[in-house]
Amino acid sequence: MSSVLRIILQRLGLGVLTLFIVSIVIFIAVNLLPGDFAQLILGQGATPEAVEAIRKDLGLDQGLVPRYFQWLGGVLVGDLGNSFAQANFASFAGTNTATTATTVAAQIAPRFANTMFLAGVTAAIAVPFSLILGILAALYRNSVFDRVANVFTLSSISSPEFFLAYILILFLAVMNPLLPSLSNIYDGMAFGERLTRTLLPALTLTLAVTAQMMRMTRAAIINLLASPYIEMARLKGLSPMRVIVTHALPNALAPIITVIALNLAYLITGVVVVEVVFVYPGIGQLFVDSVKIRDIPVVQACCLIFAAAYILLNLTADVLSILSNPRLRHPK
Amino acid sequence: MSDLLVKIRDLKIEGRSDEVWNPIINGVDLDLHKGEVLGLIGESGAGKSTVGLASMGYTRDGVRISGGSVEFDGIDLLAASAAVKRGLLGKRIAYVAQSAAASFNPAHKLIDQHTEGPVQHGVMSKGDSEKDGMELYRKLRLPNPDSIGFRYPHQVSGGQLQRAMTAMAMACRPDLIIFDEPTTALDVTTQIEVLASIREIVEEYDTAAIYITHDLAVVAQMADRIKVLLKGDEVEEADTRTMLSDPKEDYTKSLWAVREFQRPAKPAVITGATPVVSVKNVTAAYGKVPVLHDVSFDIHEGRTVAVVGESGSGKSTTARCITGLLPPKQGVIEFDGTPMPLDYRKRTKEQLRQAQMIYQMADTALNPRKSIGEIIGRPVQFYGGLSGKAKRRRVDELLDQIELPGDQYHDRLPSELSGGQKQRIGIARALAAEPKFIICDEVTSALDQLVAEGILRLLARLQDELKLSYMFITHDLATVRSIADEVVVMKDGKVVEQGPKTEMFTPPHHPYTDLLLSSVPEMDPDWLDKLLAERGVDNIGDAAVGKMN
Repeated sequence: MSSVLRIILQRLGLGVLTLFIVSIVIFIAVNLLPGDFAQLILGQGATPEAVEAIRKDLGLDQGLVPRYFQWLGGVLVGDLGNSFAQANFASFAGTNTATTATTVAAQIAPRFANTMFLAGVTAAIAVPFSLILGILAALYRNSVFDRVANVFTLSSISSPEFFLAYILILFLAVMNPLLPSLSNIYDGMAFGERLTRTLLPALTLTLAVTAQMMRMTRAAIINLLASPYIEMARLKGLSPMRVIVTHALPNALAPIITVIALNLAYLITGVVVVEVVFVYPGIGQLFVDSVKIRDIPVVQACCLIFAAAYILLNLTADVLSILSNPRLRHPK
Repeated sequence: MSDLLVKIRDLKIEGRSDEVWNPIINGVDLDLHKGEVLGLIGESGAGKSTVGLASMGYTRDGVRISGGSVEFDGIDLLAASAAVKRGLLGKRIAYVAQSAAASFNPAHKLIDQHTEGPVQHGVMSKGDSEKDGMELYRKLRLPNPDSIGFRYPHQVSGGQLQRAMTAMAMACRPDLIIFDEPTTALDVTTQIEVLASIREIVEEYDTAAIYITHDLAVVAQMADRIKVLLKGDEVEEADTRTMLSDPKEDYTKSLWAVREFQRPAKPAVITGATPVVSVKNVTAAYGKVPVLHDVSFDIHEGRTVAVVGESGSGKSTTARCITGLLPPKQGVIEFDGTPMPLDYRKRTKEQLRQAQMIYQMADTALNPRKSIGEIIGRPVQFYGGLSGKAKRRRVDELLDQIELPGDQYHDRLPSELSGGQKQRIGIARALAAEPKFIICDEVTSALDQLVAEGILRLLARLQDELKLSYMFITHDLATVRSIADEVVVMKDGKVVEQGPKTEMFTPPHHPYTDLLLSSVPEMDPDWLDKLLAERGVDNIGDAAVGKMN
């Protein structure tokens, strides 16, 4: 078991290192964005003095390197800084800056929770659905079912998400009013209501992520069907379903887990379009809005969260893949 | 007759390649009675496994039964539904595969795989089957029978896995077991234990069996009757003793004759002559795992030194040390009395030229995308500096030497050659460097006996013509007997005995050499019985090795 532990610790260390490098990239990239918050907020008639004052106020007059370390130092103790936009509105109103509502964390937290809720609901539908579909496709490979499943998932991944979203709205909200077409959820909403409102975006995203997971499940299983131990299982007179589920699937887990992790990461970071279509208050919308007004601290924090989600999910996938290998779990 | 268990008539099987169905089996008949063991022998490609699997009503992907009938206990397996066949497989007909390591599912414990058949077929509860499994493990003389089942396949050795697989086949007490080369992948000493266990348990439960192998001596121990197959046709069939003492067909006689090739003994080495290769006190390790301890031996001009031992004894590692692929921790490698740099990267082209290798798997040792001319031409150009017409001439000359006409083979790809021809290309590639010394690493063990004999004769002829020295790594003592001048016996990374072949094959031996020698199956159907009686039932294989340590 110690060797597994060592590998896991190694991966964790690498993950932290990656995150650190990514933070540098994010910081430089965000600061390379053309345009400037001070210029933007003051509009065309801004005097150079006013722009300079705001820049100084926000610390934008300092060099890139000190600003990076200031930001990194904050991040390490959990302080993501203050949102430019909120801070300025506050100071125009004549109150002090940096009340709790103006921190980046306070802005992101509810949005992030919403995104995680949507991703969770989607994953709960999509992962079992694609696994079962993939297993059935492998079982009835080259049959009509297999082909229909392939065509269906491939066409859904090939269509733009907004198109899928509108089709679902058309069928499930307009023609048969089963689900609400708007997903405007808010704090303190009952869980059942929240779930109903989240269902349409979740279904849209399910259609978008199923293809890859289903096809990888199918391919990974079929890949193993020529192995001697699968032949042995067949020659023991086991049913085809049992051969695939108990003999092929446990050995096909590693690649399937990797693909699932990648798709979950996509659900956390790449769902802006779906959020916009359903007016869902997720982190994606906040991110796009903040880029528009050059609210650098929020953009940086969002990027960092996205990167951390990717790294964490891939790390989990790695560890699970390792654990799915009995040679590593049970050394000689 | 009522005790007829398997009845195959005019079985025809086809295999698909390039969208065309080609015949593999051209009408074979087979009868097997209850409690009888039938040996099915032939070279690779003879269709032994295909017939064995067909007797279970099973064909692999890309293979189909195109005619004839297969009946098991009166049930027509070719007409039976998949569900009916599933009801028989595992329960009344079981299969033991060639490589147990590959045929056990790596994701499940042995006992769970063992109980799966009985539980799924509704023969026994899981608990009962577990107890029965342990009982079978005990009967098959597996160590720690009560706990070994709770291990994963990778935690158990090859010979033990093969026995666990026999136990698994026995789980439902089938009427018929197909053994498909169950000991081919094992060392001789391990093979004996597995053979003895299989025979004992088959006798105890009066199970009928089809025993598929290419090893005549093995089949002689196991079978009541022997059927010989050649390229999908039956050659002849007779009971074991008749077949051994009085084979009718020329092909069968030629199979029997293989082991008679033997080189005349050479005069003793002149004392004081400088050996071509000298391995002096070599100690080596993979990382921190020590694999060789103080290995020393000499190889003289024009002579063959056979290095023998079981898998894991350090034979191939010694070769890697000589070629510099694995620099030894201590010790010296000398060519012609000159110490070589230990790392091949530090050796000059001239030094590299002197030692060449021929590999066990010609399939993987030849680049599948290069033509034969390119494969052999590469060292001709690299070491000889030839190009253009001169290179072509030299390649054709080399092809002539290995008895493959240059104009026919120069432009072919390895995939268009047979196993024996590929191995000849491997030899030509080694010769292209004009070395003095060639390491032959199990070069015949992947080949059929007749083909292997051709390779051995070729190597012997080349040695006489070119004064080559060979280091011949093998676990097959029959090969040693036919080609070696000196023998080095290795065990656990140490040399346990070395000397001229004549001395090695005449007693007294080192106990380990003795164990190796006596473990080689002989063509006598009573050999295994005699051996087991000599060694005592509890003293076979592992136990015997253990006692010597």
